[in-house]
Amino acid sequence: MPSSGWNDAPLQALKNGVCARMSYKILVVDDSRLARMAAGKALSDMYPGWTRLEAANADDAIKIAPQADMALLDFNMPGRDGLALAEQLRGARPTMPLAIVSANGQREIVDRAEALDVTFLAKPLMEDALRAFLGSAVRRLEAGSR
Amino acid sequence: MTDNARGFLDDLELDALTELVNLGVSRAAASLREMIGGEQVHLSVPSVSLVGRSRAIEILSKSEPGKLVAVHQIFEGPIYGRALLIFPETKSLELVRAVTSMALSIDDIIDLEHEALAETGNVILNSCLATMANQLRRTLKISLPEIFRGDGQTLFGAATAPQASDAVVFVYINFTVRRGDIQGYIAMLMDMLSLTALKGLLDEYIQRTIDGSEPSPDALA
Repeated sequence: MPSSGWNDAPLQALKNGVCARMSYKILVVDDSRLARMAAGKALSDMYPGWTRLEAANADDAIKIAPQADMALLDFNMPGRDGLALAEQLRGARPTMPLAIVSANGQREIVDRAEALDVTFLAKPLMEDALRAFLGSAVRRLEAGSR
Repeated sequence: MTDNARGFLDDLELDALTELVNLGVSRAAASLREMIGGEQVHLSVPSVSLVGRSRAIEILSKSEPGKLVAVHQIFEGPIYGRALLIFPETKSLELVRAVTSMALSIDDIIDLEHEALAETGNVILNSCLATMANQLRRTLKISLPEIFRGDGQTLFGAATAPQASDAVVFVYINFTVRRGDIQGYIAMLMDMLSLTALKGLLDEYIQRTIDGSEPSPDALA
């Protein structure tokens, strides 16, 4: 799709099959700056109008989380891991769309994520999987706001 | 020391371990391929060797006489050990350049080298270990990645050995990316206690495979 030269966000959102009436804030939590950059690039390609918030550990994420609509959480981080963080976030925000992003796809981790109503996304992040998670997150948020 | 690891597993157990390593490394290769933008990653045939520490150092020193860099993670659970992603230090910036496909200046690449190595190792080693753990129906706790630099002696020496024990299992496989510009090795180090536990898990795995009654957990994951 050629660029209009103006704000591409509505067109991009349309392409993603998602209503463009809201701009969301997504929190990316990963101790690796490179992983945050990779997620950030994929997000800005898909949803250029969204605001990205970043944290490098669970403690910082907890402080920023109230501003965010949804979050991508790395599993393997110094301090508390992504599942412990997800559990805390889930306690405070029962319907917040959350995803654990990890190359560690062991059954126990995937099962624990599912039990917390958290999507498991394999690392490195695949565009299709990320798009599917974001699409369902938007649908969930819009259903909740009606 | 003697290579007391060799001969510890019978042919069928070694075959099962090779199959597990094959599955794990194939998953790891797919992850690496994603990280470097879909470029082909070639893997050597995963002939798994169980060798002692001194033999492991000898093999690595012979094929890679220069300085090496390794990303290293500890795994704990029914088996305890260390997994290493190893490659020549001269190639580390090349690997960083390959995984940071977004346009970066050379200063940024140098700045990001440590993190990029750690994250690449994290993804590759986790893919490999998680696949193996799922196949063995056990859970492994995997540490954060650490980076070591040095020769084979340093990498397999006391700093990265599982314990003071001499008995070390060295599972090695080499990979090639970027038309041969980047080559590396994946190694796993375990002591004899863990190798004994692994032998038991392999026997269970073999039995499940022979029975054929249960689907592979990876088919569901």
